[in-house]
Amino acid sequence: MTASEKKQLQIAACKVRMGIIEGTHAAKAGHPGGSLSAADMFTYLYFKELNIDPADPKNPNRDRFVLSKGHTAPGLYATLALRGFFPWEDLKTLRQIGSHLQGHPNMVLTPGVDMSTGSLGQGVSAACGMALAAKHMGNDCRVYTLLGDGEIEEGQVWEAMMFAHHYKLDNLTVIIDNNGLQIDGPIDKVMSPYPITDKLAAFGLHVIEIDGHDFEQMEKAMAEARATKGVPTGIVMHTIKGKDVSYMTNSVEWHGKAPNDAEYEQAMGELNALLAKLEAE
Amino acid sequence: MADVKKIATRESYGNALKMLGEAHDDVIVFDADLAGATKTGIFKKAFPGRHYDCGIAEGNMMAVAAGAAAMGLVPFASSFAMFAAGRAFEQVRNSIGYPHLNVKIGGTHGGISVGEDGASHQCCEDYALMRSIPGMVVMSPADDVEAKAMVFAAYEHQGPVYMRFGRSAVPVFHDPETFHFEIGKGEVITEGNDVAIIANGLLVAEAIEAAKALEEKGVHARVINMATVKPLDNELVLQAAKECGKIITAEEHNIIGGLGEAVCAVIAESGIPCKVKRVGVNDEFGHSGPAVPLLKQFGLSAEHLTEVALQF
Repeated sequence: MTASEKKQLQIAACKVRMGIIEGTHAAKAGHPGGSLSAADMFTYLYFKELNIDPADPKNPNRDRFVLSKGHTAPGLYATLALRGFFPWEDLKTLRQIGSHLQGHPNMVLTPGVDMSTGSLGQGVSAACGMALAAKHMGNDCRVYTLLGDGEIEEGQVWEAMMFAHHYKLDNLTVIIDNNGLQIDGPIDKVMSPYPITDKLAAFGLHVIEIDGHDFEQMEKAMAEARATKGVPTGIVMHTIKGKDVSYMTNSVEWHGKAPNDAEYEQAMGELNALLAKLEAE
Repeated sequence: MADVKKIATRESYGNALKMLGEAHDDVIVFDADLAGATKTGIFKKAFPGRHYDCGIAEGNMMAVAAGAAAMGLVPFASSFAMFAAGRAFEQVRNSIGYPHLNVKIGGTHGGISVGEDGASHQCCEDYALMRSIPGMVVMSPADDVEAKAMVFAAYEHQGPVYMRFGRSAVPVFHDPETFHFEIGKGEVITEGNDVAIIANGLLVAEAIEAAKALEEKGVHARVINMATVKPLDNELVLQAAKECGKIITAEEHNIIGGLGEAVCAVIAESGIPCKVKRVGVNDEFGHSGPAVPLLKQFGLSAEHLTEVALQF
């Protein structure tokens, strides 16, 4: 990855974070914390990794992305808008009556959304079904799914892992956003899913741990996933919930709460300063 | 009916899937470690590369099927009705129903005729659960001929479909040469204006027997096979309400939430004066026993239907 490429991704991720704040502020609801922790991964996927075309969102040969942690839809929507799937202005309609941007992703309404999700633990199974179907049909697309670290407390996730390994779904990449926090508190206090890496490995996945805010590590991990044959790849990414908005950083409180006007101004001020800094460097 | 050919509709399901698989390459089948019992094993034997066992994980299976449908395949996901509609309800609701994905669900071993396995496996709630999902088609065939036609109709239908099949062998009374099946259309089997019996599943054969017994007593019963519980054939129900004034519904399901309630709702909203008696499982759990005596014990028999009609 060139320095310029990395800079472009950092700039895009900063804009995605702005979109998350725009959407949740306008909606007066939504989930900014886990959207911000995954913002860099959303950006990497849609600007670097996925074989997709905003002008042809239903192309049968496109790569698929399933946001299994569907409550972080604001992050996905901001990324899709920035990538050109629909106008940026739409983000301000999040969760409003008549908007195509539902509280959780809806594949029927929103261009670029590959699966309706929101009920935790189901998206990963759907991603398995897509990966299996792709192999069955001889379609060489890849399937990616992003889960929360609290989400993996759902038993269905492990049914899906068993399935992915059993059917040798090496076209599937399972990404876990390990930001350490869920609604009721730190994940190891609520219902510890640790050790996550060991569990994935025990289910037969090829597991890679990365810093979920480091694009170079993402690039390396994704290349490794593509090169891994016979088993699915799991990427456990260590992230910071609420990243790049000071008062949301590592705060359980901001899992599912929208910024008020003053908080919106502060967040946008911080992100604009970050953007200016990135663009000036 | 000793001389009549009897086939369990789960067997018909398996055979129909094989025929469907021969006609359409995009059909794949998922099962949850019950391929022998749900009879998808018949499809598996013919098309081993198109049958995927999901193991004992019905929730995962339903969402996997949703993903496969999103890729353009036409998956048939099968398990016992109890686990397909019951255990995996929320996966069916959110991953299949909400995005209106083209998944066909085959729930076998519906009702108390499961028999010896007992109440844990006797699903009398599946119509209620599946009916409550917007856009879901809910059906149950009365015999082998209808079951096969239903599987083909489900394939042609764009969107989610739930089909309930039975464990026990039931008489084959349709003529495969002339039978035509249409989703959402009921079938008048016997004409009569004294009382209508609207039934589905194995209760249709019982209703036909009841109509014969009633005829001997001078009561002309109209037997309607209502294979599609949703969307209901409102027109046919209201015609029966108008012309008979008395309707008995008969189903191997809790009287709460199934065919009987669907029929009641249509009549109540129409303003047509018509009395309804619901024959079904009276909001109780079943228990172990051989299917036939069990059905009799729960009043799901021609004798009981005859009695209800005579006392109506």
